[in-house]
Order: sequence, then structure tokens, then C-alpha cells
Amino acid sequence: MAKSIYLDNSATTPLKKEVLDAMMPYLCEHYGNPSSIYKIGREAKAAVETAREKVAKAINADPKEIFFTGCGTEADNWAIKGIALAKEKKGKHIITSKIEHHAVLHTLESLEKQGYEVTYLEVDEYGKISLDDLRASIRPDTILITIMTANNEVGTIEPIAEIGAIAKEYGVLFHTDAVQAIGSINIDVKEMNIDLLSLSAHKFGGPKGVGAMFARRNVLPAVFMHGGAQERARRAGTENVSSIVGLGKAIELATNNLEEKSAKLCAMRDRLIKEIPEKIPFVKLNGHPIDRLPGNVNFSFNFIEGEALLLMLDLNGIAASSGSACTSGSLDPSHVLLALGLPHEIAHGSLRLSIGEINTSDDIDYVLEVLPNIVQRLRDMSPLYEKVSKELK
Amino acid sequence: MYSEKVMDHFANPRNVGEIEDANAVGEVGNAKCGDIMKIYMKIEDNIIKEVKFKTFGCGAAVATSSMATEMVKGKTIDDALKLTNKAVMEALDGLPPAKVHCSVLAEEAINAAIYDYYKRLGIEPPVEIKCSGCCSDCHKHD
Ligand SMILES: Cc1ncc(COP(=O)(O)O)c(C=O)c1O
Repeated sequence: MAKSIYLDNSATTPLKKEVLDAMMPYLCEHYGNPSSIYKIGREAKAAVETAREKVAKAINADPKEIFFTGCGTEADNWAIKGIALAKEKKGKHIITSKIEHHAVLHTLESLEKQGYEVTYLEVDEYGKISLDDLRASIRPDTILITIMTANNEVGTIEPIAEIGAIAKEYGVLFHTDAVQAIGSINIDVKEMNIDLLSLSAHKFGGPKGVGAMFARRNVLPAVFMHGGAQERARRAGTENVSSIVGLGKAIELATNNLEEKSAKLCAMRDRLIKEIPEKIPFVKLNGHPIDRLPGNVNFSFNFIEGEALLLMLDLNGIAASSGSACTSGSLDPSHVLLALGLPHEIAHGSLRLSIGEINTSDDIDYVLEVLPNIVQRLRDMSPLYEKVSKELK
Repeated sequence: MYSEKVMDHFANPRNVGEIEDANAVGEVGNAKCGDIMKIYMKIEDNIIKEVKFKTFGCGAAVATSSMATEMVKGKTIDDALKLTNKAVMEALDGLPPAKVHCSVLAEEAINAAIYDYYKRLGIEPPVEIKCSGCCSDCHKHD
């Protein structure tokens, strides 16, 4: 039988069976509108509130601090634009990093066009921001620091607790895009002094098209959707009840015995990180060697291009992703890899393998078996490799 | 996103390799942009007797190199110079809009190899040659 191995769990994850089971009754059976006062309406409302409690519990927040959204992107947009608007009297300066997801970067670019000023912190070769740079960037008119918890491409985990402490010290609000981090690493919004946080269900076994924003009590971003009284009248619109129930179930499952699951993923990750360079010359690990997401592996392979590599992997039944220009839809390779200081030609040859709960060590064996041949095949076709291979002979 | 023809030429590229005693070699593109095509030819009596390529680039870059070399093999230089990127695309049953530049690169690589052939002979290359292999002006990028 043809192999089919999914190693793109940072793009999305399959819906867990238990999550689907929890969602099903809220489609046809308990179809009431949560705003209605009769029984089936109240049932739907109760389901939404139970999900809110589960999300709150997963990050050590209060249920009143959780707002459901249509996706992770919406949570980022709301948190950032909402604070920009709510705090415009105090100032119009926001601090972020160069390696944020486009949901954050493009939102900030739109604010720049409206007269806000944004400082984009550099990252080091592993993708970490410098806390000294952060301190030095804070001004009297700084209203928000938004730094992602963990990067979606290279998996680097930022020093979130330290950033939270600095934000608190200077009295600046701190938002973090935790879309990749939830369900992978432990997050405690109280301990880490996080004021606002974004998350998305489909990254941890929940359905696509539902997310949540955490906003600490008394930290209220401006109303995002005007209309009815849903989400405390801040995000109007009849709730996506079944998906919200799915989000609640998924986050509960994903944050239960996190350590045990993460150890399993780390073992698979570390095998790839150790064995790929042993089997393939001219490779470079991208991202932090230690402070990285349990499922993230990102390598650059010299002399070859990422899209060709993805197509070859796909022909061999492996689904993965790349930061090459040809996959980013622009002329430039990924802004994250360039921010890490990679030259364009090395960034074009990047491969991200993101491991999830569905993967087994057999999958890793198979990747280690086919990847060296695929890379060699593409190198044998590459004029860049020609000179090197002649020197090797 | 790619046609079956493109996938076939990507998965089983024709004419990959080098020609040791090539008398025409053209290279276009640059690593920064993510694609380089290098074409080797052995030309005798104005006929392209042998043609091989090496490509660094995406699936479409490999497929267009493969198809373009197939289309000029055994042809006269004059016929090869008439090869357009459109013809290469059509032969591959089309390319996604973002990949059209790969077919342009393939056309240019053929041109650049023939340009090199004339240079080696010390003959002024004909004006029909659209690309010399010096691509900094066609492929602007910072
Ligand atoms: C870091 C990060 N932020 C935001 C998003 C957007 O999430 P969603 O797909 O739910 O809009 C993603 C997912 O691609 C992500 O990885």
C-alpha cells in the first residue's frame, strides 16, 4: 500500500475522534441559539460556557477572560487592533518581533498606515529576541508588546515569562500569539504576566475556523464586531456552538498530561535532528537547538530548492512544508528564515517537518530512509552542487 | 496545481546531466531568486546533436528545463532559437501563473547556450538571441 505520512502538524492537525463525538450533538440535536431563553437555547449556552471554562483552565485564566473568535488570525487582529484603539490616548507605539506570523505582521502594517509606530525587534541566529533590546525599545508612548510564544516555522520558544515581567515593570500590555504553543508547552497567563493571548483549535486536534482570545480582566480591547450581546457584546454574532464545544474538548485533551505527550514528540524530533545531518551532508538546523517546540524540525539543505523537495516527498507519501519563495507565493523566501540571517539561497532550501500526536517512530524511520535519496537526487540535478561534487571526487 | 505533464517531467526529467565535451553552455537565473538553469549542448553542422541540463529550482523549473531540452534536441540552431516560453508551457499543458517565469527561464537558457556557441566560434551572435545569460537586468531582485 502507498505510504501516507503527515508531518505538517504545524499547518493543521486532524480532528480527534473524541472531539468530533463531543461536537456532534450540537449540530442537529441541541441546535438552539445560545441567546434563546427556552431549554434548547439554554443547553447550547451551557455548552459554550463549559467550553469557556475548559479554555480558561488550560491557561490558568478566568472564564470571563476568554472570548471565542472565528480563528487564530481573528484573535491576533482583535487583540492588536483592539488595544491600539482602546489605548490611542496613551500612545501609538507598539513593539513586536520580525518573526511573527503574518496575522500579526500584516495587522501591524495596517496600523502603521493609520499613524501607529511599530518597532520590529531583531532576533538572533536561533530566532530569539533580546530582552535588552526589548527594554531599550520601550517608550512612554508604548501601548503594547506583541511577541509570539513559539514560532510556527522554526519552532523557537521565546522567553515569554521574562517578556511578561518586563512589560509589567514598565506598565505596558503584553500580547502573545500562542497559536503554535497551546497543547505543546505549558502556558500559565498569571505566572507569565500575559495580558492578551491568541489560540486556535485546529492546531491541537480541534476543528478549523474557531479560536479564542484571552484578555486579562480590566484589559479590554475595543469591540471587534458590533451587533448582539454575544461574547459580552464585544464580538457579536451567533456562536459557532459545535466548534466552540470542539475547541473546549480539544484543549482539555491537549493539555492533559502534556509532559508525557511532549516527551514522545521530543524523542521523535531529536532523532530527526540528530540523524538527518549524519545521513545528509551540507545541512543546517534552523531554529533553537533546545528551546524549541516538541514537534518542530526545520533544516536547510544546500544546493536544492524547497518546493521541489516537497513535491518529491509528496511523491513518496510524505506531507511537509517549506519556507522557499515558491511555496510562500512571493519572490522572497520566508521572512522568518531571512530574519535568522539565512542567505536567500539557503532559505529557499528549507524543509519543516512538524510532528504531531498521530505520528509514530515508524514514520520517522521512513523519513530517514527516503529523505537522503531524495536530497541526493535533487542535488545531482543541481548546477550548484556540480562544483562541490567535483571537489569531493 | 501542476498538470500531469509537469509532474511527469518533474518526477522523470529527460536529459538531466552534463556534457563533458559540450561546445555550448548557457546558465541563467540566480540562487538568490531560487532558480538556476544550466544547459549543455553539443552542436554539429548547426544541429543540436546532444542537449543536457542541470537545474536548481522548483518543480516547474525542472519540468520546463526537461521539456525545453526535449523540444530542441535534434533541431537546427535557427529552429531552437524560435522556441518560445509559450510553446514550452503549452507542451506541458500549462503552468500556474506564478510559474510562468520558469518557462521564460527555460527559453533564455536555450538562447544563452547558443549565444555561447557563437562566442566560442568567435562569430557575432545573431540578433534573434534574446538572452545572453547575463540575467541581472531581466531578473531584478534585492
Ligand atoms: C503562529 C500562528 N499564528 C496565527 C495563525 C493563524 O491561525 P488560524 O489559521 O486559526 O487563523 C497560525 C496558523 O497558521 C500560526 O501558526
